[in-house]
Amino acid sequence: MDLQYSAQEGAFRSAVKAFLAANLPADLSAKVKQHKRLNKEDYLRWHKIMHKQGWVAPGWPKEYGGADLSPIERHILEEECALAGTPTILPFGINMVAPVIMAFGNPQQKEYYLPRILSGEDWWCQGYSEPGAGSDLASLKTRAERIQTEDGQFYLVNGQKTWTTLAQHADMIFCLVRTDSGVRKQEGISFLLIDMHSPGITVRPIYMLDEEHEVNEVFFDNVKVPVANLVGEENRGWTYAKYLLGHERTGIAVIGRYKLELSCLKAVALQQQKNGQALLHDPVFAQKVALLEIELMALEVTMLRTISASDHAPGPQASLLKIKGTELQQAIFELQLEAVGPYGLPFEPEYLDGALAHTKTAEDEAAPFAATYLNFRKASIYGGSNEIQRNIISQMILGL
Amino acid sequence: MDFAYTSEQTQLNDSLRRWLEKEYSFDARKQIIKSAEGVSSAAWQGLVDLGLCALPLPEEAGGFGGNAFDMLGVMQEIGRGLVIEPYFATISAARYLQLAGGHSALLERVALGEIKLACALHERQARHELHNISTRYEKSAEGYRVTGAKTVVLHGAQADYLIVSARNNEDQRATSGIALFVVPTAEVASIEYRTIDGMRGADVIFKDLTVPTSALLQENAWELLDAGNDYAISLLCSEAVGVMQALHATTLDYVKTRQQFGAPIGKSQVLQHRLAEMYMHIEQAQSMAMLAAMKLNAENASERRRVVSAAKAKIGIAAKYVGQQAVQLHGGIGVTDELQAAHYFKRLTMLEISLGDVDHHLARFIAQPDFANTAG
Repeated sequence: MDLQYSAQEGAFRSAVKAFLAANLPADLSAKVKQHKRLNKEDYLRWHKIMHKQGWVAPGWPKEYGGADLSPIERHILEEECALAGTPTILPFGINMVAPVIMAFGNPQQKEYYLPRILSGEDWWCQGYSEPGAGSDLASLKTRAERIQTEDGQFYLVNGQKTWTTLAQHADMIFCLVRTDSGVRKQEGISFLLIDMHSPGITVRPIYMLDEEHEVNEVFFDNVKVPVANLVGEENRGWTYAKYLLGHERTGIAVIGRYKLELSCLKAVALQQQKNGQALLHDPVFAQKVALLEIELMALEVTMLRTISASDHAPGPQASLLKIKGTELQQAIFELQLEAVGPYGLPFEPEYLDGALAHTKTAEDEAAPFAATYLNFRKASIYGGSNEIQRNIISQMILGL
Repeated sequence: MDFAYTSEQTQLNDSLRRWLEKEYSFDARKQIIKSAEGVSSAAWQGLVDLGLCALPLPEEAGGFGGNAFDMLGVMQEIGRGLVIEPYFATISAARYLQLAGGHSALLERVALGEIKLACALHERQARHELHNISTRYEKSAEGYRVTGAKTVVLHGAQADYLIVSARNNEDQRATSGIALFVVPTAEVASIEYRTIDGMRGADVIFKDLTVPTSALLQENAWELLDAGNDYAISLLCSEAVGVMQALHATTLDYVKTRQQFGAPIGKSQVLQHRLAEMYMHIEQAQSMAMLAAMKLNAENASERRRVVSAAKAKIGIAAKYVGQQAVQLHGGIGVTDELQAAHYFKRLTMLEISLGDVDHHLARFIAQPDFANTAG
């Protein structure tokens, strides 16, 4: 048993720190650390810097242009990036659709899509959830029928996806669609890659509690999708989707980000006063912070135990990381809001968007906390709700 | 980074588990609890024969020089087996001798299993505060004279020697002026009683007790006392993880077999989620026990205190949750003394309040300088 990072891993961490010091634009990290809203350009700008460094796809094999880092190195990279305040590399292309294309796509699909995902040329979004298919994903209804036209074979797609994150920027969407409704619901699903610029696609914004345009409804009205855009075999999409979900959950407990938010919480609580002393030194508040910090210490070790025990997908243990990670994240945001007291009330989206340099209350630091707290109630719902994760633990780990 | 036990560790843990399953059954343990001695010399010899006494002791004293990770696995098995022998008391007391240096003759006898030790460090007014000491010591012609009393000394009456804290100044809560002594129990008066989790405790009284100069471990020994106590806490943390794992496993078996409304009660989603919650508590507790073991020898004592207290607090919360829910899931049988699961619950409850409860350790965690550090 040895809980230390190896010398090689230590050297890798130093290399990441040096890279970030030299390449992370100060205005970008300031925006992240101040919890301001990021736009498409912000994401792409960082994506391209990471691409140039060869780290945009840390888990991809070298043959596809990835960095082929070990799980521990990936964690180090993720942690240092988070602590430095980089935008996230959006997972939809790199971590979600790409592993599916690599595992189940044909050579043409790999050759065409993977380089474009890597470079950021295509912005991907995820077409899984539907109004009637949330946690029960397999009951999705969006249909795809094979049709023959003069131009060749197509799928004609009709239906609706929802909660589609940043679909307003997207060039491509990967979709689960029903290709056979006469069989068990998991067996009639296919995995389609659809051009978001196709005629018949409409994107309608859904505004979150913080009034941010983050998710959308995507409507498909007789959208023609070339059959070449089917991944793997028809009606095998559920298998591919489950494979993808394994990958998605891995990235959900982002220790570095929680550390950054916890430091932010402490910094705020040192500035705020209660009964004539710093809020952080108030015994009741300090105890709440301490419990979160200890939870984070435990989660970091549990996460390292999980990733060092498995080379790739961590299996059902990922459900624990998802639950504990999101609960912790939400609890930190809750305390951040509590820390600023009445300054949680003023809402100045113009400041969060960067249109105004300062808030009217002159409490710039306090401005994002209510918005973030409200927004992040999503974390225990998305990616398989925390109740679904508990089902997975009880079935897959406890054998109930 | 490697979180797995070595093959030697696995081998020892497995032998210990097999031995406990065979020789230290729930019924056998009941008989020991009822006996006048309250401990079993046969069981002690069994633990000695497995090399457990020698394991954490230095090689110079005939030990195996085992590290905190070796003890992690052993204490988990001790927890799983609900061992009530003075093993924890002896090993944690030996740590003070080891940290102080010297005393090799005594340590050699510990390694051979010839003698048992206990820690007499807590006083009536002190609650969990280890430097709250009213027992006094002063220089005498023969060595030192010690006067005072200690309370709830685990296995105090079964031990051959006690590690005793005393002070030579007036300030009862000062960390200065504290000394540690090793004192033969034959020379002190003790009042023995049972503990509710099946062990034995004692109050011990030192009335103008004269000990030779060689009985002194160290003067100005606060750092030593604090470090030794952190070692003992880490042992308790590992033991608690072992108890929780065993209790969770037996509760799982129960809900899979217990039928109500024509189906195993484990088919109920409410119960499934409860068991999932218990599982997550235990996994996080396991992580903290590992982290505490890792940081025991941290160069920075404050880092050691921070992590050990974090571990004890986290494990205390987990112990309460897992213990209470296991009883709840067992239903009526869970609140009887007949069921092994209920004895796990008792032990967990006592582990939480031993060597500092959750509140104590949260406060100690907060008091470390790192808590107000926002650099990340």
